[in-house]
Amino acid sequence: MNSSLLGDYAVFGVLLLAGFAFVAVAMTANRLLRPHAPSAAKALTYECGVDPVGGDWAQVQIRYYVYAFLFVLFAVEAVFLFPWAAVAASFGPPAAAEMGVFVGVLVLGLAYAWRKGVLRWQ
Amino acid sequence: MLEIALKLAGVIAAFLLLPLLVGQTEHKLMAHMQGRLGPMHAGRFHGWAQLIADGVKFAQKEDLVPAAADRPVFKLAPAVALVPYLLVLLFIPLGPGDLVGSGLEMGLFVVLALVGIGVLAVLMAGWASANKYTLVGALRAAAQLMAYELPLVLAAASIAVAAGTLNLSGIVEAWHPWWLLWQAPAALIFFIAGLAEIRRPPFDAPVADSELVFGYLTEYAGLRFALLLLAEYAGIVVIAALTSVLFLGGWKGPGPDSLGWLWTLLKTGALSAVVIWLRVAWPRLRVDQIQALCWKGLVPAALGQLVLTTVVALA
Repeated sequence: MNSSLLGDYAVFGVLLLAGFAFVAVAMTANRLLRPHAPSAAKALTYECGVDPVGGDWAQVQIRYYVYAFLFVLFAVEAVFLFPWAAVAASFGPPAAAEMGVFVGVLVLGLAYAWRKGVLRWQ
Repeated sequence: MLEIALKLAGVIAAFLLLPLLVGQTEHKLMAHMQGRLGPMHAGRFHGWAQLIADGVKFAQKEDLVPAAADRPVFKLAPAVALVPYLLVLLFIPLGPGDLVGSGLEMGLFVVLALVGIGVLAVLMAGWASANKYTLVGALRAAAQLMAYELPLVLAAASIAVAAGTLNLSGIVEAWHPWWLLWQAPAALIFFIAGLAEIRRPPFDAPVADSELVFGYLTEYAGLRFALLLLAEYAGIVVIAALTSVLFLGGWKGPGPDSLGWLWTLLKTGALSAVVIWLRVAWPRLRVDQIQALCWKGLVPAALGQLVLTTVVALA
């Protein structure tokens, strides 16, 4: 497996380059085929079809940040979950119990957030 | 070396061909579900060449970048949206043995990480456009994508526990028909969360045309817009293929193993048709309904499935 590991990542890297090359080739073809007639009106922000009013990067009321916090909670778990998933069967019940505790703490966190009304839309 | 080149060519060919097939199927399937004909002229026979004509048209369009936009980020966003889906296709096994781009041991982990890049592209597009509607659309998308990442990952972890490996070919090899029943909740959760990850209806609040013009895509025109749309259809292919490989047995089915690739394609195609069907049949969910479905429905259900899987796998 070790000998092929580097090869696997090399293939991945080549495909990554190929993906960006595809976009570059498409944009180059576009450059050769397209008209170029810039004007101030065209460069205006489209928004909803009417001339934009006020600043562009407007402030919005962000109700989502609590969800972002919750996500961080679980995202860390996901990183640990996968290596565990691959070996859980060979370690047997102790591994399951440990992950049970780990997931249990997180469930408690979610239940607490739910009870506190964080999941209610305000 | 030749083998690797052939595999890469195959992956790129699939990436360029399958999304177009899904797009054309969407044109015709949606039309017939709604009592219309859909495109009928391009290519003469039932408008089969419509998307090729669209592509030719897009390639000739002027490249417009709003003066107020953050130019480099605005221009880079379509590539960031598109390339991860190409890379995911590398890990999806088409058939048994060597019919896979890369048999990386931690394939499932890499695939989920790649799907997660979508949120970055959306935020880049929405923020760099310097438009209030795109910004709201991008924030909605960011909240939605982060939330649905969890059920997606948990459902995938469930199948990984069941199979005892993170290798996608290994998961298909370990798969047994009765998993259809045992892993049914995980399969459903994965598919729903996948739909939300690619922002397809009923989870298309980030691009809700009746509220946000076209969400984070509003300021894009010409070829960059076409590339972002291509990313959407590539996303359908990726989610359908991942669901069929992880939960529906991939290449397994009646008939010889040598015809396995046909099963993978059939299952992927059928799931893609379901994605299109949902767009016709379901109304758009509200932003708060989207969050509630995830946190109060899918996440607890996915955790329950994970516990069930662990218990059954060890028993």
